[in-house]
Amino acid sequence: MAKKVLIVDDEQNIVISLEFLMQRAGYEVAIARNGEDALEVVGQFRPDLVLLDVMMPKINGFDVCQKIRDNPDLQDTKVIMLTAKGREVEVAKGMALGANSYVIKPFSTRELVAEVQRVLEEE
Amino acid sequence: MNRSQFNYLIGLSAFFIFLLGIISGLGFLWWMTAGSSNQMLNTEALSSREFLFIGLMLILLLVVGYFLHRAFKAYFFTVKELAEQMTLILSANPTHRVQPEGPSEVRQLGQTINAFADRFQSLLADDEAKILKARAQLEEERNRLAALVSELAEGVLVCNLEGQILLYNSRAKQLLSSELDKPVNGSGSGGFVGLGRSVFGLIDYDSITHALEDIGYHLEKESIRPVSNFVTSATNGQLIRARMVPVLDQQKELTGFVLTLEDITQQSEVSTRRDILLQSLTEGTRASLANIRAAIETIEEYPEMDEERLEVFRKIIREEAEMLSEKLNVTISDHTADLRSNWQLDPMLGSNLIWAIRRRFEEKLVIETSVEYEEEDLWLNVDSFAVVQALTSIMRQLKDDFDVTKTTLRLKRTGRIAALDMIWNDAPVDQETLWVWQNQASIADGEGFPLPLKEVAERHGGEIWCQTDKETDKTYLRLLLPTTNPKPAWHVPIVQANSRPEYYDFDLFHQAGQKPELDDQPLSELTYTVFDTETTGLNPAQGDEIISISAVRIVNNRLLRQEVFDQLIDPQRSISRASREIHGISPDMLKGQPKIEQVLPQFCKFSEDTVLVAHNAAFDMRMLQIKEAALGVKFINPVLDTLLLAAVVHPNQQDQSIEAIAQRLGVNVFGRHTSLGDAIVTGEIFLKLISLLAEQGIETLEQARAAAEKTYYARISY
Repeated sequence: MAKKVLIVDDEQNIVISLEFLMQRAGYEVAIARNGEDALEVVGQFRPDLVLLDVMMPKINGFDVCQKIRDNPDLQDTKVIMLTAKGREVEVAKGMALGANSYVIKPFSTRELVAEVQRVLEEE
Repeated sequence: MNRSQFNYLIGLSAFFIFLLGIISGLGFLWWMTAGSSNQMLNTEALSSREFLFIGLMLILLLVVGYFLHRAFKAYFFTVKELAEQMTLILSANPTHRVQPEGPSEVRQLGQTINAFADRFQSLLADDEAKILKARAQLEEERNRLAALVSELAEGVLVCNLEGQILLYNSRAKQLLSSELDKPVNGSGSGGFVGLGRSVFGLIDYDSITHALEDIGYHLEKESIRPVSNFVTSATNGQLIRARMVPVLDQQKELTGFVLTLEDITQQSEVSTRRDILLQSLTEGTRASLANIRAAIETIEEYPEMDEERLEVFRKIIREEAEMLSEKLNVTISDHTADLRSNWQLDPMLGSNLIWAIRRRFEEKLVIETSVEYEEEDLWLNVDSFAVVQALTSIMRQLKDDFDVTKTTLRLKRTGRIAALDMIWNDAPVDQETLWVWQNQASIADGEGFPLPLKEVAERHGGEIWCQTDKETDKTYLRLLLPTTNPKPAWHVPIVQANSRPEYYDFDLFHQAGQKPELDDQPLSELTYTVFDTETTGLNPAQGDEIISISAVRIVNNRLLRQEVFDQLIDPQRSISRASREIHGISPDMLKGQPKIEQVLPQFCKFSEDTVLVAHNAAFDMRMLQIKEAALGVKFINPVLDTLLLAAVVHPNQQDQSIEAIAQRLGVNVFGRHTSLGDAIVTGEIFLKLISLLAEQGIETLEQARAAAEKTYYARISY
């Protein structure tokens, strides 16, 4: 059965590329436009991995990641944070909040797909 | 009538009564010893001539009284006045001489006193010359230090451990002083920088005590560099970077500290804006680049993609690229000023810069230079040295290679920038040569400057280019420089070139505690605010208003002419002709001046924790107090009046006007009836009075106030 990937980003243009890439890589894809959506979809869709943008209005990516980690039902859900914030402190924060990986924009799509695959294979 | 005149009258009356008693006694004796027939006869004779007898008696008494009065006046009062004048010569004014009058013995005494005074004065002069010579060297050192400190770009404060300011420079005053247009309240909003004032009124208490603790720790650990740095906001709102260095005595005990201060308000704003810019640029471009890259890589990864989907990705790339360009444009225009290097640029009048360049051209290069301004008071933000040197270098090349002997300097504003043109004609220079000149460092006459003009322009955030005006056939080199609006300095008193740097007083290190009971403190150790007001008229109760308040401070027995308060006030009413003739202040001079509501709270703050001194203080205090309720200020300072104190010192002198007292005490009078002039003269008089009062045993504030109250003039009341 295909693994499920949830893409959370408020920028339409990146979502289009990511959706296409993930589908072509053989994943089942769902989209959330902001943090609130993400928290709702994550419960229903039960993704294996969340590609989570940090900078979003209302609830940001850090908060979403924290809420996912706080939910015992979602313990196995992997999180890759995507962000334009490249400062060391922010990477450290994301990892501390339970992200499995942290990818800084702009990224190589090939590397991103490889990273998704790697994280999904992690135990 | 003073006490000695009263005593004299009592004495004279007693003498008359005594004389009458003697005559009556003699008469009675004579009556008793005469026989009864003689008594009858005498009774008849007396009763028929009783008026004649009484008259004779009275005439006798009057004659005796007249001669007694003459004798008293000549030998008693004159001698008493001579004694008073001798005290004056001895203690306050050695140039004073007595006027020998009266009988020859008294005149002789007067002449002898004057001879003594001459001798005394020459002895004093000798002593003074020696002291002056000994001090001259020290003074020179002091002045050197003063000049050095006053020219520093950083503010400098030296304080003792109680936080009292012992030294400050003008930059510190500029940084920390409150401004007239800012509200003043008890707890802060700025204060006054002055000798003996507390630093805690100017800089946050906790910051200073923390830094002191830090330094204490360094000293304990015998650290090589016991220095503490901190950033704090001054009470006037400026953001200050401070550096504290300890002052140690010979036993290496901490006795005070030096604070160097730097205003980082603007610096901090610029750096914050730069941070935001950097952040928005990196994050904004990263997001767009990520979108573009993802789209491109997807297209490359899946070349078999259908046309419809391909178009979606192309659109993403187009949109994101456009957004990226837009973002960069907006950022550059918003933050150009902040992107300039942090080179030290100072505000300077454009005309001053032109003057400097012109002088350099004429003196160094013998180039005939004319100037053109479109705006006289155009302020630039420049490193004038760099600009002058770089332009001189270009001019030298023009002269050497193209025989240019004349030039015109033109300065004009174009929006927020200024264009400085160097114009010459008949010598077209090709762009390539100019380009080389602009980019090469100039080294000439041993005063080479390593920065080429191009770089100077860049460091000003400016530009440089050369072009020829086709209409006039003149070539000009144009340098664009940033303009600025300098903040006008408020209330900077003019320091006379030959005046002593009075704001240095290290003796305050040995001051007694910070706030002992004022009343018991010696007069010579108190801090005073000597002030004077000018008014629209003489009747405060009938609505006369203050039109000028001036004050000068006395700290440690020294009049500090640099620490003055001098402010004209718009009274919002007319000025009586009589008053105008006295002080010469016309309504025109008061237009646009602040109102009493703004000035009085400032003055209250200025005079805080000092003793107020004025000549005829009753009047000036009334003028202040009448405004207290309406303005919510209160002058609770102790008050001393030089009019009353002069009467205490010289009770027998009739004229107690400022001029008369000043003349008696050898104080030069200048600027009378300007309130600052009056305040300064009053201050000088007060200093002389302090030593004269001490000779009468009046040494503390309480004693001075009590003595003043007893004098006659205390009864004058407005």
